Amino acid sequence: MSDNSDDQGYWKANVRLIWLCLIIWALCSFGFAILLRPLVSGIAVGGTDLGFWFAQQGSILVFLVLIFFYAIRMNAIDREHGVDEE
Amino acid sequence: MDQTTLNFIVVGASFALYFGIAIWAKAASTSEFYAAGRGVNPVVNGMATAADWMSAASFISMAGLIAFVGYNNSLFLMGWTGGYVLMAMLLAPYLRKFGKFTVPEFVGDRYYSNAARVVAVICLIVISVTYVIGQMRGAGIAFSRFLEIDITAGLFTAGFVVFVYAVLGGMKGITYTQVAQYVVLITAYTVPAIFISLNLTGNPIPGLGLFSTITEGNQGAGQHLLITLDGLLTDLGFREYTATTNPWLMALYTLSLMIGTAGLPHVIIRFFTVPKVADARWSAGWALVFIALLYLTAPAVGAMARLNITTTMWPAGIEGEAVAVDELPDWFETWQVTGLLGVEDKNGDGRIQYYNDSNPDLQALATERGWEGNELVTFNRDILVLANPEIAQLPGWVIALIAAGGIAAALSTAAGLLLAISSAISHDLIKSVFNPNISEKGELLAARISMAVAICVAVYLGLNPPGFAAQVVALAFGLAAATLFPTLMMGIFSKRMNSQGAIAGMLAGLISTCAYLFLYLGIFFLPGTNMLDSSQYLFGIPPTHFGPIGALFNFGAAYLVSNATAAPPKEIQDLVESVRIPRGAGMAVDH
Repeated sequence: MSDNSDDQGYWKANVRLIWLCLIIWALCSFGFAILLRPLVSGIAVGGTDLGFWFAQQGSILVFLVLIFFYAIRMNAIDREHGVDEE
Repeated sequence: MDQTTLNFIVVGASFALYFGIAIWAKAASTSEFYAAGRGVNPVVNGMATAADWMSAASFISMAGLIAFVGYNNSLFLMGWTGGYVLMAMLLAPYLRKFGKFTVPEFVGDRYYSNAARVVAVICLIVISVTYVIGQMRGAGIAFSRFLEIDITAGLFTAGFVVFVYAVLGGMKGITYTQVAQYVVLITAYTVPAIFISLNLTGNPIPGLGLFSTITEGNQGAGQHLLITLDGLLTDLGFREYTATTNPWLMALYTLSLMIGTAGLPHVIIRFFTVPKVADARWSAGWALVFIALLYLTAPAVGAMARLNITTTMWPAGIEGEAVAVDELPDWFETWQVTGLLGVEDKNGDGRIQYYNDSNPDLQALATERGWEGNELVTFNRDILVLANPEIAQLPGWVIALIAAGGIAAALSTAAGLLLAISSAISHDLIKSVFNPNISEKGELLAARISMAVAICVAVYLGLNPPGFAAQVVALAFGLAAATLFPTLMMGIFSKRMNSQGAIAGMLAGLISTCAYLFLYLGIFFLPGTNMLDSSQYLFGIPPTHFGPIGALFNFGAAYLVSNATAAPPKEIQDLVESVRIPRGAGMAVDH
């Protein structure tokens, strides 16, 4: 812990990124797939509607993208703040 | 060669592989036993986590659960994967930086309290033991079905196999065995699915086939698969496959499974095994990649099987005649023997009418056509995946592969759970509470003995399962969501959280969850001891959906109590600071 103020900035950047990811996480699963399904029901996907696709596949794909996006962004933030390993 | 011999050969070969790995990966230190020496590559760890996570329920039951309910049961797909997002961002990297071996160890050190550690151990044991009963039972059933031995012999075989590679290799042995088990189970799952998808839609990727049109030669050709399925089911008086019922309850159950997944100790400890914090982040992503391969296939398997069964029962459509008894496919006969599938020609017309006889709209039609109730009287949902190769008329070795896959899914999860239990006992109870001066060698021995005892208990419970095995899984998820997840998360994200707050929170989550479950499902699930029934659910919330509410109680109690008591000491606040920052995680490797 060389520079305490920068550690604070690092943590803030991390928490901001987590919020962003969790909002997308909730929007795609609880949102489009369940509660907002009627809103997107006009969009047809392969014999059904967008909400059904999000419920059975879309959410899982979004979760995957989110975790890798988070890992890549965090590794960059680690380096920017000089707290990465090695 | 007959099918049973073929099954023995394929399953036997998979066991030989696991034993070989166990001998190669023998653990020599506690670090290797608990955390595989922290030398596991994140991709390899992701694969092991996927096998660890995907239990007999994911492999055998999930597709059937979706097939017979449709859209609503997508909550299993989202719930059991969405938890990884929470784990990857809120827990895994920080717990890896903390750099110890077990979940209760983090709780005990972060909250500077052996009381907190013991409460965490109790939660962990309740969660893992309830879970492991189902896995051992699942393994025993898979053995008895495929190898045609009785369930007791099957359970002892399962116990022996886990004993060899878990007691010998610890986490190191389990990790590499799980990689092999993953390969076995994913091959077994996807091969039949690919053939079925090709058959129905011409698309070799089942997940895409689900949203494609049906090819020539099948009922409903040229139409989207889901439209055909919805139409057939409506005609037979069933609910549309893609229909929603109660979105709020569905959202609550999804959230419950997500938080529960993120709080399950046997999954969390897998993130202790990678070399760096960055690897813990990658590893969660890789775990989900490997899980998604099965989870994106499962809804296709479910929908295609439902369609196949419906068109088998009505070869000329609903307007035509139902299937004749002597024209039922061969796999009907095989499975009728097991009692998991049953037909009964109630009106004696030599045909089997399959429809929803409790739907009033269909009763008029039934009377007109002389039907006397649904004649497909039993259809166990677990058959879907197990009979898939037979339904698709695939060769015997694919059926044998499914046997090996089902057994691999059950054994890999059982091993992960047993390791979580034994490390909590040897490391958090024996080493931290009862005998802090124990030598490394003594602790390793204690870990192996606890593992052996845990296996014996698991085999015993598998042989004499408490009658409530299905309900206790709800308890496992509910407790993980209400106790471990909030406590771990607050330990990282709140510097102000102190030991009093954490203990109050865990107890509030534990007590409220147990109280709600016991109120409706009976005290310790004993039949007849429930005080309320399902018509009296609080706000209509079933006990299985209670996890997020228990977690709220935990957060609320922890917040109130910690604000009313003194802040944690300076060194604990420094510990939290250091856990948040990746630099220095390498040092933890050799501690």
